[in-house]
Amino acid sequence: MGELKLMKGNEALAEALIRSGCDGYFGYPITPQSEVIEYLSREATARTGMVVLQAESEVASINMIYGAAATGRRVATTSSSPGISLMQEGISYIAGAELPCLVVNVVRGGPGLGTIQPSQADYFQATKGGGHGDYHLLVLAPYNVQEMVDFVKLGFELGEKYRNPVMILADGAMGQMMEKVELFEQQTRKTSFADWATNGKPKDKERRIITSLFIEPERMEQVNLNLQAKYKAMQENEVRYQTMNTDDAEYILTGFGLGSRIAMKVMELAREKGIKVGLIRPQTVYPFPYQVYKDIAPKVKGILDIEMNAGQMVEDVRLAVGDKTRVEFYGRMGGIIAEPDEVFNYFEKVFLGDK
Amino acid sequence: MTNPISINEVPVNPEIIQDEYLIYKKPSTLTDKPFHYCPGCGHSTVHKLLMELVEEIGIQSDIIGVAPVGCSVFAYDYMDIDMQEAAHGRALAVATGVRRMLPDKYVFTYQGDGDLAAIGTAETIHAANRGENILCIFINNGVYGMTSGQMAPTTLAGMVSTTSPFGRDVKTQGYPLKIGELLSLLPGVAYVTRQSVHTPTNVRKTKKALKQALEYQKQGLGFCMVEVVSNCPSNWKMTPLESLKFVEEKMIPFYPLGDLKVPGGK
Ligand SMILES: Cc1ncc(C[n+]2csc(CCOP(=O)(O)OP(=O)(O)O)c2C)c(N)n1
Ligand code: SF4
Repeated sequence: MGELKLMKGNEALAEALIRSGCDGYFGYPITPQSEVIEYLSREATARTGMVVLQAESEVASINMIYGAAATGRRVATTSSSPGISLMQEGISYIAGAELPCLVVNVVRGGPGLGTIQPSQADYFQATKGGGHGDYHLLVLAPYNVQEMVDFVKLGFELGEKYRNPVMILADGAMGQMMEKVELFEQQTRKTSFADWATNGKPKDKERRIITSLFIEPERMEQVNLNLQAKYKAMQENEVRYQTMNTDDAEYILTGFGLGSRIAMKVMELAREKGIKVGLIRPQTVYPFPYQVYKDIAPKVKGILDIEMNAGQMVEDVRLAVGDKTRVEFYGRMGGIIAEPDEVFNYFEKVFLGDK
Repeated sequence: MTNPISINEVPVNPEIIQDEYLIYKKPSTLTDKPFHYCPGCGHSTVHKLLMELVEEIGIQSDIIGVAPVGCSVFAYDYMDIDMQEAAHGRALAVATGVRRMLPDKYVFTYQGDGDLAAIGTAETIHAANRGENILCIFINNGVYGMTSGQMAPTTLAGMVSTTSPFGRDVKTQGYPLKIGELLSLLPGVAYVTRQSVHTPTNVRKTKKALKQALEYQKQGLGFCMVEVVSNCPSNWKMTPLESLKFVEEKMIPFYPLGDLKVPGGK
């Protein structure tokens, strides 16, 4: 059993970065996740020698990540929605150059400067590309502080396995709330690095070039085909989700992160009233667990998806189930977190009819 | 249209390939790929100088370069060292990432004026202000070469470009930016010098400046910039010779050559 602690989500994530043997963090403060860089500035360098640098902007921090990741080191940045928008060009370059790294988005409400309150409105940006070009991040969606910790370790491992940037798509609530967490052991920082890493040309070996530029169309298409093959492998091997009470379920509640927490409460309310409700919670939102929805659709009377946005993941749910069952959506925006009662009322209204 | 012959196909009399006749050769640290630069362009000269130094100092395994977006985007095709290709303007942020991960290596960026002094101004100033121990090689040709001749922040007042077709009007298009002078004010900056490659003497001086900067980097003195006032015959719509004359007569009077800051000095 690892060390148990009561921690705020952002600080737990920062602690996990240190413990995962991360070599470098480059970031720029933004609410609701500034605790990450503050915690790292206090703790990290003295404990592991990890580099912590406050950049002049998110544009700079993501490009520092590019340079640092290209040396084969474990590196991470964190930000919130407007900052992640600024990073998109850099993320596209990182995906194109196939550099592993961890990018954390503690989402707040938008568009524009929006609000500092929690939101899930960056799902499309995170899962469908975000920047230019045909690329995907591998996206993990934590639903509690424990997963803020566990997904750091998992994220680094998956990023290195696929040479792909990984995003943790959290939200202001995950970042700010305090929960009990079990921390994994401190990992030692790496001392040997991948063959592709630009650490200085080895004697009598080819030089290494990190680039996303392939000017001949045939070569560029081949690079794209290789990326697509990689995304397919992720779809086959890395889909992660949790199901609850699905065996006897007549209705399914679903959502990612914060939405799935609310869904759990709604499920409890329903079960108390004898309504057979189950739950599906994607942990990877890219690759998305289409199959689990597809399999369950013919067996249930309907699916209610709950998100703190105008309906984003619901498009993937609908894509998965087609016309095999009814899919309804309940969302709140602007930083408002739906109450379980209001969602339950909506569930009753759309599926059981007004009483 | 006939195909251009590659350098390897040029017929050579084997009798003259002998050490005693050798008066000039490219450094081993340059690859065999012919430069794509236009004839007479300063980029080729600066690439060669830098790679000569890498060979002479013996740091081929200890140096990481960052290429910009601009005409020199393919610098990694020619420089036989580990290299990274950065997004437009972000070379010094990328190099900061490299520098912080590899404190014992040599790190340089190679950037044009649009890359360094327009889209990347923030990254330039902040990398310099942090005193990142990086050599920044800045090719100032007063124009956007790669995108075919638009106005750069360094374009001279009155100079014609495709986006200042009547000459740069400083009232509406701003003044040419002396980024070297600007950076020399920052305490994190160890060395700023402005050189050129338009005459053999100046080529030698540029090489000396680059060598000096690498030495300062080895000593960990902080940010160094070697600005090279260069040419762009293609987009200046000049012959190579005319472009060198323009460097001498128009560019250098506005961008005077010499050290702008030296360690421990002004
Ligand atoms: C974000 C972005 N904006 C614009 C461009 C287009 N672009 C490519 S190179 C360049 C200017 C290059 O000029 P300079 O830095 O002076 O280098 P030179 O080609 O003259 O050596 C521009 C505007 C780009 N690649 N990326
Ligand atoms: S366009 Fe100008 S800067 Fe670019 S290679 Fe040609 S001469 Fe050099």
